[in-house]
Amino acid sequence: MSARQNRDPEPLHPHDELLRTDRIPHIWCSGCGIGIVFGALMSAIKKSDIPLDDIAVVSGIGCTGRMAGYIALDSFHTTHGRAIPFATGLKLARPQGNVIVASGDGDLLAIGGNHFIHAARRNIDLTVVCVNNFNYGMTGGQLAPSTPFGAKTTTTPQGSPDEPFNFCSLAAACGAVYVARWTALHIRRVTTAIGEAMNKKGFSFVEILAPCPTAFGRRNKMRRALDLLNFYYDRSVVKHGVHPDEASLDFNQRLVVGKFVDRERPTYLDSYHMVHQREIGDWPTIEHYSTMLAKEKTEA
Amino acid sequence: MKYWRKPLDLGTIEVTRGIVRVIEGRCKGCEICVNFCSRGVLRMSDKFNRKGYHFPETIPGRECVNCRFCEAICPEFAIYSVETNGLA
Repeated sequence: MSARQNRDPEPLHPHDELLRTDRIPHIWCSGCGIGIVFGALMSAIKKSDIPLDDIAVVSGIGCTGRMAGYIALDSFHTTHGRAIPFATGLKLARPQGNVIVASGDGDLLAIGGNHFIHAARRNIDLTVVCVNNFNYGMTGGQLAPSTPFGAKTTTTPQGSPDEPFNFCSLAAACGAVYVARWTALHIRRVTTAIGEAMNKKGFSFVEILAPCPTAFGRRNKMRRALDLLNFYYDRSVVKHGVHPDEASLDFNQRLVVGKFVDRERPTYLDSYHMVHQREIGDWPTIEHYSTMLAKEKTEA
Repeated sequence: MKYWRKPLDLGTIEVTRGIVRVIEGRCKGCEICVNFCSRGVLRMSDKFNRKGYHFPETIPGRECVNCRFCEAICPEFAIYSVETNGLA
């Protein structure tokens, strides 16, 4: 009998039921914040009593884009920046499902920026989880639209001359119904925010400031993940309900976090139905996939 | 736990206790759990796992209160705690 057979079977982590464990350990670097957010996403999915068959996770390209490959739900890893268009199609084809878009700042708001603003404008019922690590981590740490002024990246070795995007402000201005921002160390708040965003009807956006020690921290004198986590957390100021324009991310002073927007607006499907009611009549009542399956089982 | 005076109802109040389990093979040694453990239960081991990283281990004698923060914060899904019953 070999030594391998003598060893105790590996204990099961509580998240293992939602993980594709054959692919774990994942590719993310030591101390990467994406793993923390991914754990929070899985906790939120477990806590929201939505049947797992009705949840889909869509992601784009980038480090965060790998989330779709590690979660044991219906998931799709789309081309660069096209996570929201794919999720829009998924939502319109199966309106009973709960579609989560999990992607990075470069994917969602640089290449996919236009898709993002128009999905928010139409108020399509999606949950967008944006892991903001302030650079393009997977390709080696280039300048991203979120890179703070003066931060060093591979393409701006003297410091970034650009003014960064305020994603929360953009999402709120385009019409998102739920906008929140937290740092990765506010782990319980992140879990609650994702849960609230999933239950919210309409375009909901949660931004999480996550450490990227390998690409971003290394060039900005914060080599360890712990330094970055503490840096974001210590400078964060919780301001609920503040206007997102005032919720700035200033690395020298403070990072404003909190739940900024929580409002009601008719979703795209509601508006579509209202405009086209004369032609298409009433919607058929749509059943959840899991209840359909249960019915089929009892009939058979 | 240390008290500056012994509480009168000590022994009747149930305090949650936990056991920390580490899946050593998954750990990448980022030390986040060790730094943020509210009870200082963890330390980095001298041993290596099969990927060449040090992994956390529990310090004998320290008591985990099953807050499950390590479980939530671990980016590698490598640590979790299980509740056990205990008296203060």
